[in-house]
Amino acid sequence: MTEFLTAAVGFILALLALGLVSILRGPGDTDRMMAAQLIGTGGIAALLLVGTVTGVSAAVDVALTLALLATFASIAFVKKGLSSLETHGTGSTENHK
Amino acid sequence: MSLARDIMTISAVSAGVFFFLAGTAGLLRFPDTLTRLHALTKADNLGLGLVVLGLLPQAGSLREGLKLVSIWLLVLLAGATVSQLIARTARQGETAK
Amino acid sequence: MNIATIFEVVLAAVVLGLGIWTIAVRETYSATVGFVAYGLLVALIWVRLDAVDVALTEAAIGGGLGGVLLLGAAARLRDAEPTVAEAPGMVTRVSAAALSALTAAALAGAIVFLPDPAPTLAPTVVAHASATSLANPVTNVLMAFRAMDTMLEKVVLLLAIIGVWSLAPDNAWGGHPGPRHQADPDGILVFLARLLPPVGIVVAIYIFWTGANHPGGAFQGGAILASMWVLAIMAGLTDTPSIGRRWLRFVLVAGPGLFLLVGLGGLWFGTAFLAYPPALAKPLILGIEVAMILTIAATLGLLLAGAPERSVK
Repeated sequence: MTEFLTAAVGFILALLALGLVSILRGPGDTDRMMAAQLIGTGGIAALLLVGTVTGVSAAVDVALTLALLATFASIAFVKKGLSSLETHGTGSTENHK
Repeated sequence: MSLARDIMTISAVSAGVFFFLAGTAGLLRFPDTLTRLHALTKADNLGLGLVVLGLLPQAGSLREGLKLVSIWLLVLLAGATVSQLIARTARQGETAK
Repeated sequence: MNIATIFEVVLAAVVLGLGIWTIAVRETYSATVGFVAYGLLVALIWVRLDAVDVALTEAAIGGGLGGVLLLGAAARLRDAEPTVAEAPGMVTRVSAAALSALTAAALAGAIVFLPDPAPTLAPTVVAHASATSLANPVTNVLMAFRAMDTMLEKVVLLLAIIGVWSLAPDNAWGGHPGPRHQADPDGILVFLARLLPPVGIVVAIYIFWTGANHPGGAFQGGAILASMWVLAIMAGLTDTPSIGRRWLRFVLVAGPGLFLLVGLGGLWFGTAFLAYPPALAKPLILGIEVAMILTIAATLGLLLAGAPERSVK
């Protein structure tokens, strides 16, 4: 069981790496915004499996925190990426008085 | 009983890893941002859900199991909304070109 | 070469590759994305090393807040008039690379050549858990055995926020930090910013409360609270508070202030500065942590907001 779960973690991590390579290379900032999403799902799956394998039950708490903060990071990427798009385009959603 | 649990864990986690594989394949092979976003969000979230399902029999108590399920629900909610945000940014980027 | 080792090698390779890419890539936005991804993955490494408290902090700070801070800085750099600065010459780059390699080699050597078993005080800390009746040894060290360091760290946070505020232009002093964000009130961003913070607050309080006996604590909880606050600000649901407000300044000093008070109480009524009477240790520690979580959340949120830009109307 533990060998199987460890192999699953390794596999998911390798897939995560491949996905990261594809995303971070992706032409344009819009592709790179997806990185936090990718880690949000793949990283949490890996964390939960690692927690079960090593018997660290608190890994679930880390996964919970990771879920929240990966979402927050994604939103920040979109917001900041959006404003860079708009400063090169029409206007800005932010008001500096 | 323990054998049934182990079988369920192995099969669910294997299915989860398979969906991660499918998601990453989509990420690598799909042509543009929106389709890749689709592959990332849908397939990876389903993979995570199956992994969580597989880890439920191994969880120590009901509370642990509830925590696992709530993590998945949070990731699902966050993934659905953030992917909309990213998609809109991608659309805006396309029309700006 | 068993499966566990292969998994560790894969993890290390991914993190290293990501780190190298983050340094090598040209655009700041891409580098920031890489940095955040790197931080989130290092949290995985910490869990593997059985240091879950550090993993929580890494996910909270390196993942969420650090990324936003860097993005804001990158945006400011891009907006500011690019002064013609010289790109660092070859000599500077080579010496920087050599210095970094030397530091990395020294760190690697220190870890690889550690005596076996490595000298550690961990068993002593665990053995003395009865002093505070808290089961989490990290919390014990932070709040009881080395409480002085924790208190001084909170004072450092206060100094940091004062430093950031001192960058305000004269006419904006006492005003609101950062720009006023606006977003479509029927849009997705506002929807998420209404839905996520309540969940985040519950998770933050849970992580803080469980820090007594399991990995967690006030700092991680405060960081999660700060990120939820910044989320609400980014969606335009609330404005950054003007820094002259009295309640804001009170919250910022509450943490180190209460810590100091308890410490002086220990000096006055007890044996030494920050000595807790054994019967009151747990309630005192929890009380200090409640003040600390508020201070940390406010400080981190304000650090992200930046220096005041808009004067009070």
